[in-house]
Amino acid sequence: MKKWIKQRIKLLVACCVLLTPLMAQQAFAAPDLDINTPAISAIKNSMQARHTSLAPHYASGAIGLTSSGQIAVRDATALPLKDRQGINGLVAAENADRSALYKEIANGNGHPEWEGEIRSTFANRWIDKAQTGWWYQGANGWIKK
Amino acid sequence: MFKSFSVLLLLAALSACVTINIYFPAAAAEKAADKIIDEVWQIQPDAKPAESGTKNTTPAK
Repeated sequence: MKKWIKQRIKLLVACCVLLTPLMAQQAFAAPDLDINTPAISAIKNSMQARHTSLAPHYASGAIGLTSSGQIAVRDATALPLKDRQGINGLVAAENADRSALYKEIANGNGHPEWEGEIRSTFANRWIDKAQTGWWYQGANGWIKK
Repeated sequence: MFKSFSVLLLLAALSACVTINIYFPAAAAEKAADKIIDEVWQIQPDAKPAESGTKNTTPAK
């Protein structure tokens, strides 16, 4: 083959080598996570309904947000008497929904191995979006927002 | 000569694929979390300056 043809081909292949990662990144970079599956919607609706019961307990400091995307009873004495008996069941049900949510988002997007990182993403966002006066766990114990 | 270039091309393509597959989409995850949290906690979007602010029932933050 003529030398100039070889050189042109060399240049072409070099360009392809350089461009391939860029093209792959543009094709696959930062896709949105799918959160519209029926399973995720069902869990979300369940949590939304339960929030009506939980909201006053966040405000009173009876329950707070944990550092792992769950909730916990922080001060049972802050609960009205009528709510004390059912609080553990309510908290357990909420935590079961939360765990199922993180797992379902990971599985639903084809990456079960993402569950932990999805959980910690949510942990940060729950705390960030919590109302003033709500409590959350920091490194050394409960903090009031 | 051509063989080594095609091997190089293949390796570049494969490394791009592997890089994408192990990338956790942190920004997309945050966006998804925010959307779900807003719905679970019924957080109304803040009135933006461009819109006529009719909503004034945002939770205290």
